[in-house]
Amino acid sequence: MLKEGNIRIPSGCAISGIIDKSGAVFSGQIIADSIATMHDRSNGLGGGFAAYGIYPDFKEHYAFHMFYDDAKAKQDTEDLLKANFVIAYEEKIPTRKTQSIKNAPLIHRYFVLPKLEVLNASEMNDEDFIVKFIFNVNKNIDGAYIFSSGKNMGVFKAVGYPEDVAEFYKLETYNGYMWTAHGRFPTNTPGWWGGAHPFNLLNISVVHNGELSSYDTNRKYLEEFGYSCTLMTDTEVAAYIFDLLLRKHKLPVTLAAKVIASPLWNQVERLSPKERELYYNLKIIYSKALLNGPFSIIVTYDNGFIAINDRIKLRPLTAASQGDMIYVASEESAIRRVCKNPDKVWIPKGGEPVIAEIEQQNISEIYDKKEVTA
Amino acid sequence: MSLNYLTPEFKVLRDYDRCINCKVCMRQCANEVHSYDEDLDKMIADDYKCVNCQRCVVMCPTHALTIIKHPQVFRENANWTYDAIRDIYRQAETGGVLLSAMGNDRPYPIYWDKMVINASQVTNPSIDPLREPMELKIFIGRKPDKIELDENLNVKTKMPPQLKLNFPIMFSAMSYGSISYNAHASLARAAKELGIYYNTGEGGLHKDFRKYGENTIVQVASGRFGVDREYLKTAAAVEIKIGQGAKPGIGGHLPGEKVSEDISETRMIPVGSDAISPAPHHDIYSIEDLSQLIYSLKEATDYKKPVGVKIAAVNNVAAIASGIARAGADYIAIDGFRGGTGAAPKRIRDNVGIPIEFAIASVDSRLRSEGIRHTISLVAAGSIRNSADIIKAIALGADAVYIGSAALIAIGCHMCQQCNTGKCNWGIATQDPNLVKRLNPEIGYKRLINLITAWGHEIQEMLGGMGINDIESLKGNRLMLRGIGMTQKELDILGILAAGE
Repeated sequence: MLKEGNIRIPSGCAISGIIDKSGAVFSGQIIADSIATMHDRSNGLGGGFAAYGIYPDFKEHYAFHMFYDDAKAKQDTEDLLKANFVIAYEEKIPTRKTQSIKNAPLIHRYFVLPKLEVLNASEMNDEDFIVKFIFNVNKNIDGAYIFSSGKNMGVFKAVGYPEDVAEFYKLETYNGYMWTAHGRFPTNTPGWWGGAHPFNLLNISVVHNGELSSYDTNRKYLEEFGYSCTLMTDTEVAAYIFDLLLRKHKLPVTLAAKVIASPLWNQVERLSPKERELYYNLKIIYSKALLNGPFSIIVTYDNGFIAINDRIKLRPLTAASQGDMIYVASEESAIRRVCKNPDKVWIPKGGEPVIAEIEQQNISEIYDKKEVTA
Repeated sequence: MSLNYLTPEFKVLRDYDRCINCKVCMRQCANEVHSYDEDLDKMIADDYKCVNCQRCVVMCPTHALTIIKHPQVFRENANWTYDAIRDIYRQAETGGVLLSAMGNDRPYPIYWDKMVINASQVTNPSIDPLREPMELKIFIGRKPDKIELDENLNVKTKMPPQLKLNFPIMFSAMSYGSISYNAHASLARAAKELGIYYNTGEGGLHKDFRKYGENTIVQVASGRFGVDREYLKTAAAVEIKIGQGAKPGIGGHLPGEKVSEDISETRMIPVGSDAISPAPHHDIYSIEDLSQLIYSLKEATDYKKPVGVKIAAVNNVAAIASGIARAGADYIAIDGFRGGTGAAPKRIRDNVGIPIEFAIASVDSRLRSEGIRHTISLVAAGSIRNSADIIKAIALGADAVYIGSAALIAIGCHMCQQCNTGKCNWGIATQDPNLVKRLNPEIGYKRLINLITAWGHEIQEMLGGMGINDIESLKGNRLMLRGIGMTQKELDILGILAAGE
């Protein structure tokens, strides 16, 4: 039987996301409690978390989280890493033995910066350089997989229920200003650790509940821009589309939302001339970046997240706010579990994004001022 | 003259219990099959002349007529078939190239029929187009790589000219000359009402149809018939015709007897003169020459109209298409080897070119691998027979399709494959005023609207079944297809999996 990554597997899921807009950090236990409420939405074949603001000591370094199937994969990858990067710090990611998480690969993290001489020779900016490196490792080194590559953030995922994954990675010991979580219900084959969510590239991470009917169209569109979809998961495609729109094409996140869940033509025709011009161009240029089919998705980037449904809302998504905290989740129960009395609870319409961002512009300043409450 | 060795192809069966000698069949048949025998006081038929167009069958008020394949057989021979023997008789008699019309009718595999379409079950809800929005609108033209915005979100990108289609379907190039005035009138008016486009073909644009200019694609072919400033100005888009699926590599010939006063004016040639389209454009002997013509036409139309290029699907179609994309074309129309024609040498129609299914798949793959697919539109032609063929063509990588034969069938064509004779009893492929008037464009355009609307509904249903609510999300979505009864090589070229995989 083909392993995940070689074959496309649809899956249903639970998602949850929490941000403190003031930039204050909080423990991973909160998001773990939230996602655990939706235990029945996953089947133990994948769970994961993305945490932002967890590595203040290495906030200028790219944090690579790696899965290795064996020592050889590790050795090959480290040879390549050392040739291309200055490694500021590396370690095995701390885990605790738990009953339900089995068959763990070797899990390591590296805090790196590209070697200037290599970067200059490549004639790329450092982000493109890193993306290329990630694609190279994931595609060409057998048994090695970079599953997290952002700055001052990290993804933690495994095959298991999300609450067990949190316990496994000791997430209660990490503190971040923004967390997302995912519990997976794949409809085929015991999952592969790399196939769990969140899916990450640089600082963009995606947790996703849904199945993209447009998968093959999206994938081929992305390949034209140099992306190589190695995982064959819908989430990978969603992540790359956001990377393309936000990082490469510099679209504001509000408009990126209108690309993946674009307004209908008869809605566009009713807009003001200026908006009509904008959406006419957006829809035509990015027609193949439309994510079609049922989904609810939370995309996290440097300073916030966007949570959005497909444009006819075929998957659940609820949002709530209390003070500086913004919550989004597949079910309201997952929000109420960690926020008893929200100021406001609402169900976003199909295609209407919930966007929550840190209010201070400079995230690095936050850490200079705030105590980390670990 | 020696003896004609041919026997009739069809047999006219008349039910004399029903026949009332009204002579409708006689008046309706341009081939003069039917006649009235006064001595016998009954209608008789000359089977030799019958082409099985079924005009008499349909028109007979008492349903007395049936046309059947003539039961006369040759001694069975798997090698020397009926057609093989008869073609020799005909050529031995005339010394000429065998002519044929409509598309390749040989029993080549039809790959559309070896592909099946996906639908959602459980993990992905299917969408009901009667209750949910379902978008079929598409745009044909070059697309920029990315959108450029200023700080106030004003669009800085300059969008190249686009054709806006309410359905991913256009009426294929069929010239005035090869088909009648009333056929053109039906196509043009239907295109306008539907919000799609029809294509003039290479025979110029009749002055009466200039009012449909916004829904008209005009062709510039090797004969340059009817091309002037007004022609280019009137159209929504200009298409350079390099080749045609029914006869790749050769030109065209409208015999002088079809060049009436009206056609002469439209084509800008003298009445009664043969209209010869050379095999190549004599100003295009290479890809760089094509680029010059593309840009000449863009200059002539102020860069306000898409300029497309139509080619026949041939062995090297992927590389040719890549060249055309780089030469500056806004869209590429590819016509497969089953594409129709008003007249083509039979050997060429039946043996030259490749199936459109392979051509679309390999062109789409090639342009994607070069990273230029999203910059250009791809139109598939060459025997699209129904809405499922359209779904499959788009999933393989086409942006839209051209239909020719299907449109003619909608207005009455019975596929008798005798367009070249000019005796079309249905008033479609003829210039005989008495025959032309049999096709009522008032009815014709409505039948075309019905056809496209019906196909639109079917496409929406199939899209909804796949969990897709925008035709854009089907483009190149080959995971939605599975193959049945194909070799691995065929599956690989089409880029699809086998059913069950």
